[in-house]
Amino acid sequence: MSLWQYANPVKFLSLSERLLPVLWVGAALCLAAGLIWGFFGTPDDYRQGSTVKIIYLHVPSALMAINAWFMMLVASIIWLVRRHHVSALAAKAAAPVGVVMTLIALVTGAIWGQPMWGTWWAWDPRLTSFLILFLFYLGYVALWEAIEDPDTAADLTSVLCLVGSVFAVLSRYAVNFWNQGLHQGASLSLDKEKNVADVFYQPLLLAIAGFVLLFLALVLYRTGTEIRIRRARALRAREVRT
Amino acid sequence: MPLIVTDLAVARGGVPVLTGVTLRLDPGQALILRGPNGSGKTTLLRTLAGLQPPLSGTIAGAEDRIAYAAHSDGLKSMLSVAENLIFWARVFGRREIDAAVQAFDLHDLRNRLAGTLSAGQKRRLGLARLLVTGRPVWMLDEPTVSLDTGAVALFADAVRAHLAQGGAALIATHIELGLDAAMLDVTPFRATHDTRAGASDEAFL
Amino acid sequence: MNALLIRDLTLAFRAGGGFGLGLAFFLIVTVLVPFSVGPQEALLSTIAPGVLWLGALLACLLSLDRLLALDFEDGTLDLLATAPLPLEAALSVKALAHWITTGLPLVLAAPVLGVLLNLGGDGYAWLVGSLALGTPALSVIGTFGAALTVGIKRGGLLMSLLVLPLYVPTLIFGAEAARRGATGLDPTTPLLMLAGITAGVIALMPFASAAVLRVNLR
Repeated sequence: MSLWQYANPVKFLSLSERLLPVLWVGAALCLAAGLIWGFFGTPDDYRQGSTVKIIYLHVPSALMAINAWFMMLVASIIWLVRRHHVSALAAKAAAPVGVVMTLIALVTGAIWGQPMWGTWWAWDPRLTSFLILFLFYLGYVALWEAIEDPDTAADLTSVLCLVGSVFAVLSRYAVNFWNQGLHQGASLSLDKEKNVADVFYQPLLLAIAGFVLLFLALVLYRTGTEIRIRRARALRAREVRT
Repeated sequence: MPLIVTDLAVARGGVPVLTGVTLRLDPGQALILRGPNGSGKTTLLRTLAGLQPPLSGTIAGAEDRIAYAAHSDGLKSMLSVAENLIFWARVFGRREIDAAVQAFDLHDLRNRLAGTLSAGQKRRLGLARLLVTGRPVWMLDEPTVSLDTGAVALFADAVRAHLAQGGAALIATHIELGLDAAMLDVTPFRATHDTRAGASDEAFL
Repeated sequence: MNALLIRDLTLAFRAGGGFGLGLAFFLIVTVLVPFSVGPQEALLSTIAPGVLWLGALLACLLSLDRLLALDFEDGTLDLLATAPLPLEAALSVKALAHWITTGLPLVLAAPVLGVLLNLGGDGYAWLVGSLALGTPALSVIGTFGAALTVGIKRGGLLMSLLVLPLYVPTLIFGAEAARRGATGLDPTTPLLMLAGITAGVIALMPFASAAVLRVNLR
């Protein structure tokens, strides 16, 4: 028994069919509990008032935006090294989920930023990095869409994901440097996790767990769809040739 | 050093087209590939030339020995005939182009821009490129397209001279070149239901 | 390798090669900037380093889709892939040819266009220096984008979408160095970072470019 046996599409499908109901239910429970507890069960922050409660959407989606890219990177490397189709398709399936997560993080950030900083958007390093990450996601998805042959698309997007990861990290450092270059000494930290009180922290953890489970469920589900598309393609190819 | 192909399977767009191809090409030999359109001749030649990986099987004696010529000749219309040939000669680490110009009767066209040549003249230039590479094994995909009878004879002579010097040629063509060459029909190698194990989509079934 | 460089340069300089197009584009973008932001000299001289860097970057991007597409269509890339020259080297040479025909003229024209935008007196040397250090990276990264999209019909727009995010670090450090130079701050750090990026991509990017080109050729 090894983990690699699930690289076989058929085995993967049967596993994901067993896992998916658990994941959907888990995600729904965690999200419902975390969000309801977060929105109604916690006091208003003494400085930020009720606006702080957007943290339960903002922080988990931002976390998943980065983790989705990281998962795509790992899946791309597995495809390039071991040529497992499921791995490439999982990376393809995760990308649009990552796009939406990044978008949620950006939009909730803007909604939160407006009352807090008096502006929808600031070129803070963290915000800027997310915008750049969003552009990388768009390019990755667009490349998948542009290429007809699935194996060629998998190869090219995998290399793009590798190269893009290096440049995303470079951009992160460049943006940090650039922003300090603009306003000396001014630092606007968005990192609330460190100074979040316990009363906010527990529902936040639940919401994060919910987002993780939701991400896994969506990726498994979408990977299953991609596998079935390939299966249909293979059947059609066989039909034509016999 | 012969070119030896053993039990080769090749694919186009992830779908195997030929399987179990086994052939041997000795120095001084030519082999004509036959088969209907879409039977996989081009895919086979591209695989042997190293442009795409085989699904399975082995190719021995091809490394750095192949000169490949297909439908497009890699000619630049803004360069003259001589400049085009000199470029390809230098890419292959050589300088001599006179023999190639001679063999394909390009002398009068030497200084014409390739863009002003007729289709047949371009094709002759494209084939002359084979000579300047100095590579021993020619892989030719429909080399006689748009050549007139005289040019076909020039081409056949060039192949004969190449073979006489110990070269080899694998040619996919439908016309009779008058060469003393063996014939290989690829139809029996066409992938069937049972022989498609290596297909990239097959894992999904 | 020389043969390929000479051929690419010859083709660029002959009619129809597109040499000078990038330069003309750079000029037009620079001229349009005062029309869009207004003619105030103080504002123009503030934004001049950034505008010139962005203009150079876009001019570079504009010429990328010719870099490999023509050689792909006429079969040159197939034949190069079977030649003794490794594809990594061939792509490095093509990136170099692209830089000589596009990047270098932009570097040389930048001071002239700086005058149009009231660039500050100390800024010229740093602007030219940062462009000279940064534009090779733009060509090399652009070659990767061109290799990625070479098999796609009308892939120009897609290539821009893929290449522009990769240009972010180069643009940030390059423009930052030019801006610091123009305002009398010390531009050493961004220049060193820029040099690091250029050296890194020249060393590593051809491998990625050749890998994706091989995929596209098969």
